Amino acid sequence: MKTTPLNNVHRQIGARMVDFGGWDMPVQYTGVIDEHLAVRKAAGLFDVSHMGEIEVRGQGALDYIQELTTNNAAKLVDGQVQYSAMCYENGGVVDDFTLYRFAEGHYLFCVNASNIEKDFAWMQGVLEKGGFPDINLTNLSDSYAQLALQGPASDAILGRLTDTDLASLVFYNFVEGEVAGVKTIISRTGYTGESGFELYFAPEHAEKIWHALMEAGASDGLQPVGLGARDTLRLEKKYALYGHELSSQITPLEGGIAWITKLDKPSFIGKEPLCRMKEAGVPRRLVGLRMTEPGVPRENYPIFVDDEEVGIVTSGTMSPSLKVGISLALIATGHHTLGTEVSIGIRNRRVAAEVVKTPFV
Amino acid sequence: MEIRDELKYSEDHEWILIEDGIATIGISDYAQDAMGDVVFVELPEVGSHVDAGQTFGVVESVKTVSDIFAPVSGEVVEVNKDLPDTPDSVNSSPYDDAWMVKIKLTDVTQVEALMDAEAYRSCIAKQ
Repeated sequence: MKTTPLNNVHRQIGARMVDFGGWDMPVQYTGVIDEHLAVRKAAGLFDVSHMGEIEVRGQGALDYIQELTTNNAAKLVDGQVQYSAMCYENGGVVDDFTLYRFAEGHYLFCVNASNIEKDFAWMQGVLEKGGFPDINLTNLSDSYAQLALQGPASDAILGRLTDTDLASLVFYNFVEGEVAGVKTIISRTGYTGESGFELYFAPEHAEKIWHALMEAGASDGLQPVGLGARDTLRLEKKYALYGHELSSQITPLEGGIAWITKLDKPSFIGKEPLCRMKEAGVPRRLVGLRMTEPGVPRENYPIFVDDEEVGIVTSGTMSPSLKVGISLALIATGHHTLGTEVSIGIRNRRVAAEVVKTPFV
Repeated sequence: MEIRDELKYSEDHEWILIEDGIATIGISDYAQDAMGDVVFVELPEVGSHVDAGQTFGVVESVKTVSDIFAPVSGEVVEVNKDLPDTPDSVNSSPYDDAWMVKIKLTDVTQVEALMDAEAYRSCIAKQ
């Protein structure tokens, strides 16, 4: 099993470890609800070193990335981050990721851990088809550890460990600075819907930065947070998770990321089938469902309107913030409008739920 | 990890208190800890019959759905009506507030197949 440079730290502080796509990762420390609420009210520290980093360098990098990705990378300036995705020729999703622009001809993709090898092979394949002779792709995943510091106290905590002017660092921008004396990419991004940062640095410094942050944040209630709360936090904000809301079988138009799919770009891989889908009418949509009767929706539970099966739950949980069952679901267009009453098949029962506005909180 | 000496235990990590032919059943401290934050409990109806080994309820944590198996056969004579509204008591008070059902035993000899506290201790030590 693959481990992050913080594996020993997690074990020392009593984390419950799980196999997450071949990675030995902490799922919880004190408990999912406690950690979730800490991020909403104070701050949480996540080891996300399993995430992958793929560097694109060389002349023509922008043209290559424009062909590869759904969002408009031409809008990026140096020091800016963009949420984007890449599609197969048929419009299914290869992966979703954040794209960092360091300079003209120098970009970094931060991709899902379970997709690193697949993404790299796909990106390499696109390169080999020709037209981009000066591009170099490098899988830097083993060269970076990554921590996410998330929650309203994040600015105060990180400010104690860096000279970087955090106040002037705006959402979805990054700078290269120092944290606790260690060279770090400080990115104002995250997967929780709270203010916060994602920090990238060399793996050998992981323990030093972890301990420095935990110490600096102790008085603010900073807690280590595992993958369990990472999932409930993103679900409350309707952030897609690859393998659930997005996959090779789900297009970005269906999976709730049409807003980063720029069909008016001259060209990108998957554009034609997506344009056709849009013209014919997107057959299903990602919506938020909130239970109106007691029950916890879970992935793959069927969704009904009257007796017709109209969709499927892609992610579900008991919302720690709302204390009610919530889910993301792919639902047939026509049944996706706000206020639509549905029922979810939970074991042998049909339990009532409603299409609601998202984010849930 | 609390294991109470006066209780019997099943391999599915239920605890069983036998009194006057009635089995009171819940899940062990070990089981609640393994599940994490319990957020939902579903119990059978009073008057229903359950067979040993059969699912009679569900406990859900934030991350998991776990069936609860009847460790003995019999009629459900009482359920903990407060529990669906206070599922977190499965975590905070697994042996007291979070009892789940009372079953009137049809076959008292089934109790002999259950583990005593000492056997249960060595059972979970192996996991």
